[in-house]
Amino acid sequence: MPNSKLKKLTPVQQEYQLVALRRMPKRKVALNCLRAFLVGGLICVIGQGIQQAMIKWGGFEKANAGDPTVAILIILSVLLTSIGVYDKIGQWAGAGSAVPVTGFANSMASAAIEHRSEGLVLGVGANMFKLAGSVIVFGTVAAFVVGIIRLICSGEG
Amino acid sequence: MLKGHQSWIFRQKPVIVSTAAVVGPFEGRGPLGKDFDIVHGDSRLGQDSWEKAERTLLEEATSIAIERAGLTQEQVQFYIGGDLMNQITSSSYAARTLTIPYLGVFGACSTSMESLALSSYLVSTGGAKYVLAGTCSHNSTAEKQFRYPTEYGSQKPPSAQYTVTGAGAAVVSMEGSGPVVASATIGRVVDMGIKDPFNMGAAMAPAAVDTITAHFRDLQVGPDHYDLIVTGDLAKVGHAIASDLLDKHNVPMHKTRFKDCGMMIYDYENQMVQAGGSGCGCSAAVTYGHLIRKLRKGELRRILVVATGSLHSPISLQQSESIPCIAHAVAIEASPEPEKED
Repeated sequence: MPNSKLKKLTPVQQEYQLVALRRMPKRKVALNCLRAFLVGGLICVIGQGIQQAMIKWGGFEKANAGDPTVAILIILSVLLTSIGVYDKIGQWAGAGSAVPVTGFANSMASAAIEHRSEGLVLGVGANMFKLAGSVIVFGTVAAFVVGIIRLICSGEG
Repeated sequence: MLKGHQSWIFRQKPVIVSTAAVVGPFEGRGPLGKDFDIVHGDSRLGQDSWEKAERTLLEEATSIAIERAGLTQEQVQFYIGGDLMNQITSSSYAARTLTIPYLGVFGACSTSMESLALSSYLVSTGGAKYVLAGTCSHNSTAEKQFRYPTEYGSQKPPSAQYTVTGAGAAVVSMEGSGPVVASATIGRVVDMGIKDPFNMGAAMAPAAVDTITAHFRDLQVGPDHYDLIVTGDLAKVGHAIASDLLDKHNVPMHKTRFKDCGMMIYDYENQMVQAGGSGCGCSAAVTYGHLIRKLRKGELRRILVVATGSLHSPISLQQSESIPCIAHAVAIEASPEPEKED
């Protein structure tokens, strides 16, 4: 724990943080990285496979084959979420299943399923972006900032 | 009556006339599975929401306990209960079904022993003839309210705990036969500055230690007074810390057995529960299902159940507050005259 955080605590609390830290089980960082790499990579390989298939048999160009690929991955993720498998994969794979587009779909589908009992509008509609919402908000803000920087740097007006 | 600073000792000991424990499928597959009265095969219990499922668990546990005591709802004067939901809705809605005059209490996961202590006090003063104490929790409602949607694929750290799907209830009276409540210690709120909701064991351990040491001080007894001292839901991490702290305070815990309900209810080898179980239903189901059975059979003579609770809310944590915790202890003894039952 950083010192700045410790300073806000009383001496007894500070001492306890150290006691508690000793018994804190270590996260298996190396193993988690490996699993994330494997699962995240596997999802990307599947995506690449779908994309190739779309180009070969689906009549898509390389430029627009990404759209049906993402749609299929999202459908797969929503399916796995609704049959209760994706959260188990998530516990094993960590960031590997959270970072790709399937993780984003999972965050929306799981929230939608969870809040279905509160109705379609106030339940599903209002809570669907509970987890994914901040990704969209800050994604848009970041894109806006980067866009402005690019505008200024390139000097176009 | 009042003994020391914060304990009640009952000269005439209230009797736990009957108990019941109802759990979900995951708990049923655990090592204590056979000690529960109903093990549901479906964690939704055929209801259309998790919240209704949780309420049903409590309704079943309370009605079995009343029936087993040979009573009807009208003969029970008060129901004292609570749970983890916002505004303790599971208990209140169950009380609506029970139609027994109701006192809702909240102590997070410590509610199980809080309600038992209050029930015992109430019957011992003549305030009631029969009082029902019951609490419940459900893994999915707790996930939904405190953490993420149940199907969300996030990775939990090894110190996280798995909320028990289960309910436990007991009928307490001054008459009848069964295990008796000898004393109770009401805990203080202890906050050691832990902010991580995925490390509640570490947050609650100091509260458990505070209440255990207060109990020994007030009653002037030591750990050897009990066959078993069991904490509510500290799980692996919290239990290890509590043992460390008790060692540091020179409490000779080696003279007794020191266990934790959250560690007893699951099979670590085959069930993915990280550090162990938690929730109001954890200590309630283990105490009213497993431990009371052992007391009745005479396998245990005297136990101290220290139910621990962390009193945070998702909002308080988001506002960077630390987790205040509490623990309540109830000493339960086997009935003076051994009985033959189940």
